[in-house]
Amino acid sequence: MLYREAGQFKSTYAADQQIFPILQDRIAMLALLVIAFVVVPLIGNQYWFSAILTPFLVLSLAALGLNILTGYAGQLSLGTAAFMAVGAFMAYNAVLRIPHMPILGAFAIGGLCAAAVGIAFGLPSLRIKGLYLAVATLACQFFVLWAINRIGWLSNYSSSGVITAQRIEILGYPIEHARDKYLLTLAIVALMALAAKNLMRSETGRAFMAIRDMDVAASVIGIPMMKTKLLAFAISSFYCGVAGALYAYCYLGTVEPEAFTLDLSFRVLFMIIIGGVGSILGSFLGAAFITLFPIFLNVVSRAIEATLGIEMSHAVVSNTEAIIFGGLIIFFLIVEPNGLARLWQIAKEKLRLWPFPH
Amino acid sequence: MSFFIEVVVGGLLAGVMYSLVALGFVLIYKASGVFNFAQGSLVFFAALTFVSLTERGWNFWLALLVTLIAMILVGIAIERTVLRPLVNQPPITLLMATIGLTFVLEGASQLMWGSQPHGLELGIPDVPIEWLSQKWNINISQFDLFGAFVAGVLVAVLALFFQKTRIGRALRAVADDHQAALAVGIPLQHIWAIVWAVAGFVALVAGVMWGVRNGVQYALTFTALKALPVLILGGFESIAGAIVGGLIIGAGEKLAEVYLGPYVGGGIESWFAYVIALLFLLVRPEGLFGEKIIDRV
Repeated sequence: MLYREAGQFKSTYAADQQIFPILQDRIAMLALLVIAFVVVPLIGNQYWFSAILTPFLVLSLAALGLNILTGYAGQLSLGTAAFMAVGAFMAYNAVLRIPHMPILGAFAIGGLCAAAVGIAFGLPSLRIKGLYLAVATLACQFFVLWAINRIGWLSNYSSSGVITAQRIEILGYPIEHARDKYLLTLAIVALMALAAKNLMRSETGRAFMAIRDMDVAASVIGIPMMKTKLLAFAISSFYCGVAGALYAYCYLGTVEPEAFTLDLSFRVLFMIIIGGVGSILGSFLGAAFITLFPIFLNVVSRAIEATLGIEMSHAVVSNTEAIIFGGLIIFFLIVEPNGLARLWQIAKEKLRLWPFPH
Repeated sequence: MSFFIEVVVGGLLAGVMYSLVALGFVLIYKASGVFNFAQGSLVFFAALTFVSLTERGWNFWLALLVTLIAMILVGIAIERTVLRPLVNQPPITLLMATIGLTFVLEGASQLMWGSQPHGLELGIPDVPIEWLSQKWNINISQFDLFGAFVAGVLVAVLALFFQKTRIGRALRAVADDHQAALAVGIPLQHIWAIVWAVAGFVALVAGVMWGVRNGVQYALTFTALKALPVLILGGFESIAGAIVGGLIIGAGEKLAEVYLGPYVGGGIESWFAYVIALLFLLVRPEGLFGEKIIDRV
């Protein structure tokens, strides 16, 4: 009844091709943005901003980057954390070494450096496909971490490669409070998500999808294989690089190279699988699930301890959490292999007919 | 010269240890097309169960037998609960399911047996063979040689099993073509359960060998990462590839560590194996012994 597109006529091409053609979608999106930008900063507290919302947004951006590469262009990558590391460390170096470097410029430099690394490690994708490529991208993961640990210049010769993110200041306005960092992250993520959504509706995005669906056929119809694949790697790594810089500056503050291990790559991959491969919305849903679920489990286990009045050892709790987490991922893959985004689609279709499904 | 030989032989023997883990991957990939990332956790699970049983005063062979039975049960359970519902899903979904499985397996094994590291002893000391080091001044570890011997026996047993037994032939038929195998009446799901059980057995062998080498601890799960370059180098579908890949990676890695490492500051073993594998893949994208990938539109 509420969610119905009947009667919404389009009289221009622009109206027909907008991102959200249905009025209700536009209203919902606007409401969501208002909530995220205005309501949440008013009611949120320090813990919510710094421990939940900011990491969620940062990891959404990383998942978005990986989704561009894996979900849209079909190139499986296990090197996400490495690209994030490049972004974080190069943004740090940009601020450190270039006088009067604006912070947003530093983030962009971090992203561009990550894109360059992405292109370099994307080169094998021209020849290697599928799972072989996934394993080959592990080379990137291990090589980048090794290089950061080994090349002192990257971490300004600090011991064991730990860097401390500099103060953030935009146009003379210092960003120190967790709420301001959340807003900065939110703004960047929202803009880049919009860019990604539009990119996937453009010629480039369609070329990515053609390559994903069948690369031989794509090259036959005239899509330049090398350019498109490397572009996919570059754009994806750019997103991951910016996410890495945000991870360092807005979330962690003090970063060691070990923050970007293979584990993080897998977590981001989980996000897009659980959220939905080849879906912008899915990146956010998956990131929400993967960041919130461990916190939820933690709260539950503490509540169980409190109600039963027993003290469980830390090892028992963390192992049980690992089992539940792994089990739930398998469960999700079995019941909805297309991810949360698919559930959302089904819900929308149901909603269109509601309350008269026949 | 003798130093060079020592490095190469040491590398080859270390490579055999990688092959042991890679074998488990190959078995499952061949039969069911699943890239089983959980093989490292299976290795860890097997080694931890075995060592915990022996530490509780169990007889060596009894502990081995019980662990083997446990591994077979785990294999069958995985097939039932994880893979059967996920039949016909794209490879990446299956890969993610096995990564989920690693969380479960690692959590379960540490929940059961605790997370402190254990030492494991088979009675074969990790010392250089005396007459070799005296005669030619080459230091080759006795244990490494034993590891190679175990791997050799394992491959021989597997080869016999695949060539000569009824189940083995059924396994090969499934590996070649699922639908044709179904059509001639081979029960696909039984075969998958058997493959997972066999992979569990291989994991047990690998777990015991790696456990003696590095101690039974959480780091054992990372053996999977050591086996991955071996796999892509040899090809996912080939047992021979796993062995040859292991030898190439092992020797290449050791040589690079000794002769190249000092120039770049050392510690290159974490990624150099992948570079070797990448170089081979650029020439043959499906690995040395993998099935040729033919694209049809």
